[in-house]
This record gives sequence, structure tokens and C-alpha cells, in this order.
Amino acid sequence: MRRVKRRYLLLRFEVERVPGEREFLDAVWAAVGKLYGEFGASLTGLALISYDAAEKTAIVRVTLEALRMVRASLASITCIEGAEAAVHVMAVSGTIKSLHKRQQHLFSDV
Amino acid sequence: MKRTFADLHLHANLKKPEDARRLIAKAAKLGYGLIAVPTPPETGRDEVARLKEVCGEVGVDFVSRLDLRPRSQGELLRLLRKYRRRFELVCVVCESKEIARQAAKDRRVDLLSFPSLDWRKRFFDCAEAELASSGLAGLEIDVRLVLVLEGRARVRLLSSLQREVEVAREFHVPIVLSSGVVELMLLRMPREVAALAGLFGLGETEAVDAVSRVPAALVQRNRLKLRSGFVAPGIHVVREGDDC
Repeated sequence: MRRVKRRYLLLRFEVERVPGEREFLDAVWAAVGKLYGEFGASLTGLALISYDAAEKTAIVRVTLEALRMVRASLASITCIEGAEAAVHVMAVSGTIKSLHKRQQHLFSDV
Repeated sequence: MKRTFADLHLHANLKKPEDARRLIAKAAKLGYGLIAVPTPPETGRDEVARLKEVCGEVGVDFVSRLDLRPRSQGELLRLLRKYRRRFELVCVVCESKEIARQAAKDRRVDLLSFPSLDWRKRFFDCAEAELASSGLAGLEIDVRLVLVLEGRARVRLLSSLQREVEVAREFHVPIVLSSGVVELMLLRMPREVAALAGLFGLGETEAVDAVSRVPAALVQRNRLKLRSGFVAPGIHVVREGDDC
């Protein structure tokens, strides 16, 4: 069987009211489902790896093939739980370790 | 070489300078290096200078842009004659077929925009694309509507955009992706805009080029034309005077 290549996405969200982990993940799934349907969503291999409400960041895992689909879905999120929102992909990496390194680098610049 | 990402349609509210400043600053933060803000033709030079200054402060290149919404061919020609040399970028909002055709064949027009949601009022068909390809105009697609619409309206818009992208590709008409946003929260990163373009059939590289290389080349071409020594493409005055 072919090994599934995955990518880890560091997300930063802008929201008026910070959502809980469950609400955030629901919003992401809803966006993928809305744009690509249930079949499309099944190809993404989407999973939430970590969620930091204080920093407004999250890390999700997706399959490499579905990276563009997930990016478009995340960009299409305009509200979470009735509050205006935007989700940005800050970095994409093949391993969580290198993503954490990039995260430190990114946020030390801010 | 590092890409410069461009948003040639940032709808900053000029009457609220603080809002405009915030929008430009956010665009810079999201990674844009080139920004065009449509300004009405009667906008004062000091207002444009202020916008340029704001862009300079946050490290982005400002492009002056004029959006024309003429009601007849004659009006379009008159407006182009009057304002073309004052703006680095001219976009024609095509609300009728007559205007769309005239704008496509006029080499002074840089961008064609079709804002209508009704597919019957989106005039970018093969004839339009053929005229545009022999002229210099590109097709501008704002992603704002893709974000704000939902359900059947978005489906209809996406299918219109898919058809237009296919036609543009066939006739080699450059496609420019812009945000077209007024609201801060609707501003997206360039790569996210490129990913959204996948919904209407733009390939990955093609989409990234549509937010970077294509708009940058368009602006560069116009800046060259607006220089005082410009004669024709590839020809410009190097020196003049008695000793030449």
C-alpha cells in the first residue's frame, strides 16, 4: 500500500469571540463540506492536532493531495458560531517538529 | 527571485482615513507588496499622496487605480482620453455588452471587470476574449463574492467564473485575482486567494501567478508608459538636447 503523504498546517484565526476547540473544528468541517461535499471532505484526512485559544492558533493535519482544497475551505470561513471570523494558514510543513520550529520563528518576529 | 504579491482591488474607504490605513496595514501584514486602491477621478492629489504615504509606512507599493462605469461607448472614450495618463491602472466595470466590447478592444484599458451575478450580464465570452487578447486588457476576478455568497448564488457564480476562466485561457487573456474587499475580516492571504481560485478552475501555478506576476507585470508596463521619455514599447528617449 502506498504511504499517505501528509501536511501539517499552522493556522491563526481572527475572531471577535474566541471559539472552543469543538466549535472551531466544526466550522472547518462545515466549510470543507460546503465547498467540496461529503465525498471531498472524506479525501482530506483532516484532523486537529493542537488548539491554543489564547494564542488563537491551531495545528491541523491533512493529506497532501487535499492541501489546496483545505486551504480554500479555510479561506472561505467567514464566521464561527455567529461571530465574524477569518482563518489564515501561517505555515505548512511535512512534520510537526519543523512546523513548531517555524511557529517559534514566525511568532518571535511579531 | 521572491514573488511580490499584489492586490489590485482594495476598496479602502477614502472618506475614513483611519479605516483605509487599517485595511492597507492588514494587507501588508498578510503578505501583499503591491496594492491598488480605486480612487474617484476627482480625488485630490493630496489625498492620493496621503494614501501613498500610508502604503510607504507599511512597506507596500501603491498603485493609483481608476474604476470607470460608463453608460455609453462615447462616455468611455471621453473618460479614457481625460484620465488615462493620470492613473497607473484603469479598470472598466462592464455593465453592458456595448461597453464590454469597446473596453476590450481599447488598448488604454488594463482590466475588465464583470461584477454582475446574473450570467446574462457577464459579457466575457469568446468574442470579448478575442478582442481583449488583441488589446491589452486582462480579466479581473474579485474573490470577495466567493466569500460572501452562499448556496445557489455561489454555485451560479462559480459556474460563470469557470466558463470565463476557460475562455480566458483559450484566448490567452491574462487573469488577475483581486480581493475587492472593503471589510477587514474578508481580506485573505495571497496563497489563500490562489487556493480559492481552484474553485473556478485555475491551476495552482496559474493562480499564484494571477496574484503576483501577472498584476506586477501589468503595473510595470503602465509605469513605463507613463514615464516622460516613453515613445513606444521598447523605445524610450534616453537623452535629448543639442549634444545628441
